[in-house]
Amino acid sequence: MDSLSNIIITLLGTDAVRDECHYPDTVPSFMVPRERFIEAARGMKKAGARLVAEWATDEGKYNRGFGIYTCYSLDSEYIIINCRIPTDDPTFPSLTKKFVPASRFERQMRSLMGVIPVGHPDPRPWIKHEDWPEDAYPLRKDFDPSRPMPRVTGEYPWIRAEGEGVYEIAVGPVHAGIIEPGHFRFQAVGEDILHLEERLGYVHKGIEKRFESLSWLDGAKLAGRVSGDTTVAHALTYCRALEAMTGCILPERALWIRALMLERERIANHLGDIGAICNDVAFAFLLYQFSILRETILRTNDKLFGHRFIMDRVIPGGVSVDITPEGKEEILRETDWIKKEFERLVIIYDENPSLEDRVRDAGVLSIEDARELGVVGFVARASGIGLDCRVQNPFPPYDRIIPKMTVLNSGDIHARVWVRIEEIRESFRIICEILEGIPEGKISGVFDPPSKGCSGFAVVEGWRGEIVYWLQSEPNGEINRCMVRDPSSVNWLALELAIHGNIVPDFPVCNKSFNQSYSGNDL
Amino acid sequence: MLKILHQIFRTGIVTEPLPAGVEEDIKVVGQELEEAIRRCFHGSLTIRAVDAGSCNACELELHAMNNPIYNCERFGIHFTASPRFADMLLVTGPATRNMEIALKRTYNAMPPPKLVVAVGDCGCNGGIFGEGYASLGGIGKILRVDAYIKGCPPKPVDLLRGILHVIS
Repeated sequence: MDSLSNIIITLLGTDAVRDECHYPDTVPSFMVPRERFIEAARGMKKAGARLVAEWATDEGKYNRGFGIYTCYSLDSEYIIINCRIPTDDPTFPSLTKKFVPASRFERQMRSLMGVIPVGHPDPRPWIKHEDWPEDAYPLRKDFDPSRPMPRVTGEYPWIRAEGEGVYEIAVGPVHAGIIEPGHFRFQAVGEDILHLEERLGYVHKGIEKRFESLSWLDGAKLAGRVSGDTTVAHALTYCRALEAMTGCILPERALWIRALMLERERIANHLGDIGAICNDVAFAFLLYQFSILRETILRTNDKLFGHRFIMDRVIPGGVSVDITPEGKEEILRETDWIKKEFERLVIIYDENPSLEDRVRDAGVLSIEDARELGVVGFVARASGIGLDCRVQNPFPPYDRIIPKMTVLNSGDIHARVWVRIEEIRESFRIICEILEGIPEGKISGVFDPPSKGCSGFAVVEGWRGEIVYWLQSEPNGEINRCMVRDPSSVNWLALELAIHGNIVPDFPVCNKSFNQSYSGNDL
Repeated sequence: MLKILHQIFRTGIVTEPLPAGVEEDIKVVGQELEEAIRRCFHGSLTIRAVDAGSCNACELELHAMNNPIYNCERFGIHFTASPRFADMLLVTGPATRNMEIALKRTYNAMPPPKLVVAVGDCGCNGGIFGEGYASLGGIGKILRVDAYIKGCPPKPVDLLRGILHVIS
């Protein structure tokens, strides 16, 4: 531990100033001079760390211009490195050439905060569309969010391929099925895809700005709606970042119930997605079979927790709903039934050659690409990277009930499906162990708002992967900034690479096998 | 193949006679729905769903309407890819600025009667996302809405009930 801190201290000496008001103290935060920001990044790259997130804050209320923040991680360690830049010269050195994920992070920072990444190869806006006024920077404090923005004319220059027989396919934002909106631009020859470019931002609702007008308690509700399919994990990450700032001690039982909800969310989503992947290769049988299992879980959620997706049940300080002895029995009974049904379906999936033809060796994300892009979650684990916050940064009960991580190397659609099949099995085991060992006691502790001028950080392994929240309080104690990094923000780019060498008709199933969130990415 | 047939045989028909939970209430809804669709739409109501900024929870429940348990197709409800065949536009989300044009274009591509149903609390008034620079604060800000289905997200049964409400 602390190896990343040591690197920074060795490299920058007294130029690296540790922020004592950042929590938890296991995740150190250092401020470095802007001139040495890139040097710190170089040190991180050399150590083999990945860039977890990069974001900007308007610290005008502290009279200190903008803050540029980066978060790096190596194994189980996280570190935050930031620099301050003045309002009259809002520039900072781009990290894109060192860390690929910085590319979209920095485009987004430039679009929404108006800070300029010097040396960034791509000046096009991200999330912000070309019909926004150029100088509208919603995350700045002097931006009035209630003011409607006029539409201006603008062009979005796409990356184009040229040559004999090359043509372009534009898809979206409104797609054929009941799914979220996004635009995909293919350059193709015949059926072969030469290049795919994603263009997202259609469901940008201004969530990060919205946080700044909410109370700390209401923030948990908004976090639960960043991506509806991951409501438990998002609310949980927000709450954990907030609780780190307040030093709130949670009753053990609350932590166990949170884990129970998190695992049920994981199972429900994995079941639905495996079915949907099969459906995308015209094997509708498994879609219907898996959706019966998924529906069973949602109904039990509704009965026991009062909501099919368990929305708004994770609150700052604990959870808002307890589990009764009868509820426990019901979950165990249900788990027993679903487990048996599930195993039957897995055999059918595994033994069907027409499915195998489509899901093996298609949509391959190589281990090298996965590493370079810093992908997380099941996408990473299907491409040889063993990342799981439940294992590397556990909170109780994961320190006792340790999930077994499944890591495959083939990086194809099948690998992503199979990792999720194994995770469902593990989640069933974890749920049973939680219900056997859950301690008695209260389900929430006393929650006091955080003190002024501090910040908090948390990561939680949602079903898609690592979710990151970083919160900062204002000088008067309210929310100054809430940075949300859904796994989709890094994983979306992987789809662009994985699609190379595939044919256009395989795109839907490739996309489904990643199933990233549009809402979580667009915020 | 034998395993598949065996599983199909074992599973049987799981579609509930009519959605469970609020049995009596829904029995009426289902029958009325079927009747109204038969009367007004010659037996089939075709819906185009558009996400105009949803957090995706509403989409999950729209999917659930199609699962074997709710099986909305038995009432004559069917989702289409093309707005050209759609009788009804089901819109989720608080209506984002970035989706405004696409939503209007989808609406314009529909033939009459162009029924519009706003789904979810944020479709009604922006919900927790409110009204701001990026969220217009409800589908009603862009299109003339015939009915609102509240809930965050509305359950599949509520969706069925809401659809009945608008066509009858």
